Amino acid sequence: MTTQPILEVESLTLAAKSQEKLVHNISFSLERGESLGLVGESGSGKSLTLRAILGLLPRGVEQTGGTIRSKVSSSMVFQDPRGALDPLCPVVKQLTEVVYYRQKTTHKAARTIALELLERLGLPDSLRTKDRYPGQLSGGQCQRVVIAMALACKPGILLCDEPTTALDVTVQQQIMDTITSLQRELGFAMVFVTHNLAIAANLCSRLVVMKQGRMIEHGETHRLLRQPAEAYTQMLIDSVLPLPELEGGRTSWN
Amino acid sequence: MELALQVQDLTVRYGGFTALDHIRLELEQHTTLGLVGESGSGKSTLARVIAGLIAPDEGQILLGSEELRKKRSKEQHKQIQMIFQNPDASLNPRHTVRQILAEALLFHRIVDRSQVGRRSTELLDRVQLEARSLDKYPHEFSGGQRQRIAIARALSVEPSLLIADEPTSALDVSVQRSVLELFHTLRTELHLTMLFISHDLGVIHAVSDTVAVMRQGKLVEVNTKDEFFIRPKHEYSRELLSAVPKMPR
Amino acid sequence: MNTTTHLDPSLPESGKTLSTLRQIGKTPSLLIGIIMFAILILLALFIPYLSPYQPSEQNLSAFLQPPSSAHWLGTDQLGRDLFTRLLYAARTDLTIMILAEIIPFCTGVMLGMISGYYGKWTDRIISLITDTFIAFPFYLIVIIVAFASGAGERGIYITFILVGWIVFARVVRGLSASFRKQEWIASAQTLGLPGIRIILRHLLPNVLPQAVVVLMTDMIGLLVAIVTLGYLGIGIAPPTPDWGTMISDGQPFITTAWWLSAVPGFAVVYTGIALSLLGDGLADIWRKK
Repeated sequence: MTTQPILEVESLTLAAKSQEKLVHNISFSLERGESLGLVGESGSGKSLTLRAILGLLPRGVEQTGGTIRSKVSSSMVFQDPRGALDPLCPVVKQLTEVVYYRQKTTHKAARTIALELLERLGLPDSLRTKDRYPGQLSGGQCQRVVIAMALACKPGILLCDEPTTALDVTVQQQIMDTITSLQRELGFAMVFVTHNLAIAANLCSRLVVMKQGRMIEHGETHRLLRQPAEAYTQMLIDSVLPLPELEGGRTSWN
Repeated sequence: MELALQVQDLTVRYGGFTALDHIRLELEQHTTLGLVGESGSGKSTLARVIAGLIAPDEGQILLGSEELRKKRSKEQHKQIQMIFQNPDASLNPRHTVRQILAEALLFHRIVDRSQVGRRSTELLDRVQLEARSLDKYPHEFSGGQRQRIAIARALSVEPSLLIADEPTSALDVSVQRSVLELFHTLRTELHLTMLFISHDLGVIHAVSDTVAVMRQGKLVEVNTKDEFFIRPKHEYSRELLSAVPKMPR
Repeated sequence: MNTTTHLDPSLPESGKTLSTLRQIGKTPSLLIGIIMFAILILLALFIPYLSPYQPSEQNLSAFLQPPSSAHWLGTDQLGRDLFTRLLYAARTDLTIMILAEIIPFCTGVMLGMISGYYGKWTDRIISLITDTFIAFPFYLIVIIVAFASGAGERGIYITFILVGWIVFARVVRGLSASFRKQEWIASAQTLGLPGIRIILRHLLPNVLPQAVVVLMTDMIGLLVAIVTLGYLGIGIAPPTPDWGTMISDGQPFITTAWWLSAVPGFAVVYTGIALSLLGDGLADIWRKK
């Protein structure tokens, strides 16, 4: 059962230029095909940790301690899908460029791969004949394009930074379903950052709870939800406001 | 039960786009109506029309038995107050809390000038902020605290209807919880009549007595809270409810 | 315990002035700008007590002298002390510069706020006026007004009242239009406050910092205009000392006594740098807030 981890983060510490510590001593590992949830509120350092894994720390933040060892490539899906796309470049063209550079194919093959990816992500077929600018697509569609771009890099790990927070609930559900089925199909591992414990619990087998730059609890999802050791974790669990059971059952999730 | 607010055939168009399409809605006194919908459903537009920030193209609004026209009286303005989503932008950055509260209190002659300080302290106490917050500027507060100040300002003029437009959506989950608790306390203590707008069904469940669902400018369902969350009438409501991520059992 | 509660109320006031001072100290551009401008103003204010000479006092036996201990910056072709004239000219030019900005600043900020806040047809009318005025080159208007009203400072005042407000109106209009969409304006409207009160009590304090920064840069342009007109002979008329006429008076002697033109020219540059540092520094401080 013990396989070699593909990502190991060991006592990672991040600090601002002013020596202020932003992330303290974070350690976790990720196995092939596994999903790990990083949960916490704003200022918990969850997004910074994710950026450190990607190797894209914002200006003024430095890694001052610890190591990140990764055997595979990773790519990232951001919170704001419109901000992650070039507004002046049509989406198929953008995706084709990524495929062309990352998969080293011909332009023609790249376009074919790009269109396949978009189809797989459930984007409208009309993109085949008529390319569109990000501004002409809905937020959910833009996020699908962003995910397609991330997948075009054939990542071993998909890093997700609150990819559904800016979206409507029905769209959120569709995106989550898409990510789950793609993961089953392509077998990439995932680090999923969110403030919503319910989303993390539905997607990830293990959770890391962060608060103010520190890892306060981690463990297997079901264990953590049933017996949280920390009051903060309990608070996060309670913050998922309960809804009564819908008569006739729910159409989706789980 | 007496009706606090009636909205009749309210329509707002922007060019060819219909933001609100013949909305009919009633709100009973001392109850909270939770208005839910996805982005672009027109829920914020409806709130702004009721608050008098946008003039409707058709239809009318009755506050109690009084019709609210395009040009509202000072008294009518006082009766409807609103709390907005973005805590970073809901307070004038160059006014202290004291100035913010005093302006509302004095403009509507709620208390004498000599009583402003005392009343402001009471208001802050209502929203669980300390009196020394009075001389601070908005940027010195966290998002949740700013939202509390916005609530204090709205309550200061003793409105008969309080509109809250996604007041907790921009806040952290722990802060969201405490602000929702505050709303709950205020509801029971002050018998507020509230129109509470949110895209978050969990929040709507926590605050509402009645639920209304909007989609693309139309009202698709109005139902009691208990009915709505268990037996929604409309297919779209069911779709929304089943899309909410839930904790695994 | 008792003492702390007793001390508390006084804290915000003194704390505020202190932190403002500290902020100025932390913004070198502002500090240097203030010092440079203060030196100029103090010298101009106290020049009657600092100098034994009168600005128009001629001494034909000592003309075109190079700098010396008696005449710090030398004398001009009529034997007038250059240092004294330079600072009396500063009095003239800086006074006009400041006075000519007052009315345009007020009207520009006010019209900009009205235009940005009300939008719609109000904005369209005000924008139409601004765009029309922008179509005419500033110097063309100055020269026409100067000829119509006679040379001297009156032409500058009239021209500036006519066109000086435009730059403020444009900047403030943009700011106001963006603030207008913010929710604190909506809450003021929900309270039922009349438009004019929202403009004066809510918008004004928010647009003022940016407007003051623009004022600083605009003053530089105005100073250059005053000097240019003096140089061209349609601005300040002699014998009133003015940097522009000083530059043009020194021109025939540029090879023998170059400092006659260079010193007033340097004074213009010095003032310009002081004002732009001041503007930059203020912008820095306000941006941080």
